[in-house]
Amino acid sequence: MALSLATLFPNGVVSYAVGGLLLGLAVLALYVGTGIIVGASSFLESTLSYVSRLPRLQDPRYRSTRDWRVVFTIGIVLGGTLYAVAFGDLGWTTAVQPWRLLVGGVLVGVGTRVGKGCTSGHGICGLGSVSRTSIVNVAVFVAVAIVVAFLVSAAGVTP
Amino acid sequence: MSRHPLFYPLVLGSGLLFGLGLGISHMFRPEVVLSFLQLRDLGLLFVMGGGAVVAGLGFYVVPRLRERAPLTGDAYGRRERSFDRNVLVGGVVFGAGWGLSGICPGAAYASLGVGNLPILWAIGGMFIGAYAQAYVRAALGTATARESPAD
Repeated sequence: MALSLATLFPNGVVSYAVGGLLLGLAVLALYVGTGIIVGASSFLESTLSYVSRLPRLQDPRYRSTRDWRVVFTIGIVLGGTLYAVAFGDLGWTTAVQPWRLLVGGVLVGVGTRVGKGCTSGHGICGLGSVSRTSIVNVAVFVAVAIVVAFLVSAAGVTP
Repeated sequence: MSRHPLFYPLVLGSGLLFGLGLGISHMFRPEVVLSFLQLRDLGLLFVMGGGAVVAGLGFYVVPRLRERAPLTGDAYGRRERSFDRNVLVGGVVFGAGWGLSGICPGAAYASLGVGNLPILWAIGGMFIGAYAQAYVRAALGTATARESPAD
């Protein structure tokens, strides 16, 4: 099979590039105004700090940021709604099976917290900072994810 | 803690733009991420790459124009985390979860906003995972106070 742009990008690149641009601008707007370099996964621990006394969760870096992290996350949810209303996608529902979402979610929760970041913290902000830690982390999680996605598909799990 | 009156509006606006970006790029659909991971549609490269380039340009230019952020008075910096074994272990575990579910934290929040209720399985799982690692760290008695923050 000949490799062509149409094979690599069957849905084009415009929506992906525009979305990426918006993600970068969102990070940048917050950075310029506040100096904060944001990531989406700290919200998990910082929000748990409201209800759990575990020392890790009571760390000042979570307690002191938990309020604005809730606001940022509400913004993301509303941004999703805004997109859905504007593009007629409201109520779209995934067909990926609940057990995959749940088990995958647990692993994402553990992995992003142990690994100090996720697709936004390491992927966008860390790579943007040319951080060697982030470059290594992203290379590892992308490589492992590709292997796992192929294995799950090969095992006949769809979707 | 008193904040500048524009602090929370900016945080909310930034989150809104972030969610819009995850919507337009279709990252809120696990199916699209899984299709990238099976190398059927490499568009995700433009999402992460585009975001990183735009953010990176800002991280490079802004500190050269100003010293401190207007709403907080904090100095501008870059994102740098200390490298240790956790970065590798966490990367492997996160990768396994991302490959299994096709979902990551920010995209899951945006997906909820779209009305994709089954994504609550993933969000619930993420909270369970984040709590579990905090619980295990406490049980193991590992002092993490001096560890650099994560996002």
